[in-house]
Amino acid sequence: GNHRSLACGKCVHLKLLICTTTAVQKRNVGASGPEKYTEAFIKKQIEEFNLGKRHLANMMGEDPETFTQEDIDRAIAYLFPSGLFDKRARPLMKHPTEVFPEQRKIQWGEDGRPFHFLFYTGKQSYYSLMHVSMLFVINNKNICDILNRNLAGSRWLTKIELEEMLLEKVSDNDYSRFIQLLQKLATLPCADIEEKYIQKFSKEVPAQLQKVVIEPLQHDERGVAFSTGEGKRKTARATAVVYDNGTGRITVNGIDILHYFPVLQDREQLLFPFQFLGRIGKHDMVCTVSGGGRSAQAGAIRLASAKALRSFVTEKEVEFMRQAGLLTVDPRVKERKKPGQEGPRRKFTWKKR
Amino acid sequence: MERYPATKGGGRGATATAPGRARPAPQEAESAADLPPLLLLHRPRALRRARSMALPRLLRAAAPRLYSTVPAPAPAPAPAGNRPRADDDKLLTEPLSHPDFFSVKELFTLKDLFDARVHLGHKKGCRHRFMEPYIFGCRLDQDIIDLDQTMQHLQLALNFTAHVAYRGGIILFVSRRRQFCHLVESTARACGEYAHTRYWQGGLLTNAHIQFGPGVRLPDLLIFLNTLNNVFEPHVAIRDAAKMNIPTVGVVDTNCNPCLITYPIPGNDDSPAAVELYCKLFRMTIIRAKDKRRQSEAVEELQRKAQGK
Repeated sequence: GNHRSLACGKCVHLKLLICTTTAVQKRNVGASGPEKYTEAFIKKQIEEFNLGKRHLANMMGEDPETFTQEDIDRAIAYLFPSGLFDKRARPLMKHPTEVFPEQRKIQWGEDGRPFHFLFYTGKQSYYSLMHVSMLFVINNKNICDILNRNLAGSRWLTKIELEEMLLEKVSDNDYSRFIQLLQKLATLPCADIEEKYIQKFSKEVPAQLQKVVIEPLQHDERGVAFSTGEGKRKTARATAVVYDNGTGRITVNGIDILHYFPVLQDREQLLFPFQFLGRIGKHDMVCTVSGGGRSAQAGAIRLASAKALRSFVTEKEVEFMRQAGLLTVDPRVKERKKPGQEGPRRKFTWKKR
Repeated sequence: MERYPATKGGGRGATATAPGRARPAPQEAESAADLPPLLLLHRPRALRRARSMALPRLLRAAAPRLYSTVPAPAPAPAPAGNRPRADDDKLLTEPLSHPDFFSVKELFTLKDLFDARVHLGHKKGCRHRFMEPYIFGCRLDQDIIDLDQTMQHLQLALNFTAHVAYRGGIILFVSRRRQFCHLVESTARACGEYAHTRYWQGGLLTNAHIQFGPGVRLPDLLIFLNTLNNVFEPHVAIRDAAKMNIPTVGVVDTNCNPCLITYPIPGNDDSPAAVELYCKLFRMTIIRAKDKRRQSEAVEELQRKAQGK
């Protein structure tokens, strides 16, 4: 009886700890409003956490001294199995400093005088930031013209990042004003200190434009140059290997195109890249294709062969091909049916009564 | 003004006063306890004495901030350091027995005010009715402020500021002019006091315990470098300070309403020269007062140590 009640007590205690700590999984902005978590509260939470950790270790039959966070996670997953998909919704037991977002402590000293000179504005960090930036703008007397900032590769902090930096809520207007001030400072001739200050609020943006690399020609055992390309259209996926010094024979999945594509339109599609470049009888092609229908497979092979032909051809001709639309993936796919309609666009028959 | 009664740095004197102004009671007895209760934040004992004196009923009734029942976890803060009560009294009462303990009169002359263009007001059409007593005259439609009156008011205001700073009060500089926002903030920083030159959120003074957290201490003096806000209306802080029983010092131009300001200073608030002059004067007074306080405390320490030995 004694032992049972003890275990129950521990369980209840543990449950309490777990329930309270799952509650706070919001976006980590400290001090949205006056003090929600006092220091005393956080201290108490830490004590409870440590106590609960020891109880848990005892329950699992392990040493309380060497019970790490991973052990805790495993123990909780074992004791409270949950089938919930969202990981954040499952029971968790973590140190309170990780759970409760970082808050600003009491802002004034023993005699009641606040520490920061802009305390009474309500948004002291934000306004002190504005004050300092304005100081840079006003004191800017530099004649030297160092504008070597890479504006194309950088962006300003977002509003959320600024909030996290200041631990204060920032409204949209405030944020836009701050960015305007920074931009003004950026246009002025800047010295080293100002550069460093501006860098604090700008972030690198990785160059998104990546030049498409055209693969060089490969050579097989016989010494013939060849190149591969991949293409897709609707649900069809195709790979094509184009050989040099050929006679214009094209094989699809081991079958000659005359037999694989009985329809003239499909064969025309296949030959279009070669005809565009004027190399109809000069290349051999071996393709594999799967998925899609007749027309989709033809389009996929066309794209694959055009991509393969890029290696054989000058850059100017590659540009011509691109402008002709030979190198673009056709984005058209089957549109879904919507509820309340018969098809993607067709509505049900309208009856007057 | 020749006579200096031994209270809160001088009475009104012969200056004509605008009607309807909320002021502390004009004539009070000579003892130290007759200061407006606001200055005795750290002295509940003296506070009770002041209460029993002839204060206007309104002031007593509308002073919840001091006898606060608002939940404040910390008890009423004791003065920093554990000095015995007798010395406390002497430190705090001694400045009140002099008319100009901090010699603020030396800080400025009439010529300084004139050179800083303090006498220039707005056009006749912008004139506020309650500012008429302070206006010397009107030349080519532009109002000229009477610098003699300005001198008197400025002396009173600076004296009051010095006393507040001497007692470790919180001073808040308020101005809503974008031109001078940076200057005012720098001045406040230099003195070690506080500034608010941004958009005034409604409940800053009246709803402080919810906005800032329980146990916050409100400013003990508000100094307005510009009484009007960006829409040419009286700043909300004037009314709020009057509600919360916080004394105000303000530079009032010819288009401003001096009604609710405790120590108005009629003068120009638009020229950069004038505003820089005001900032300089306030900064010097506050620093002077704080230095004097430190000196007096040091002297007290030495005396007590000598006595103790």
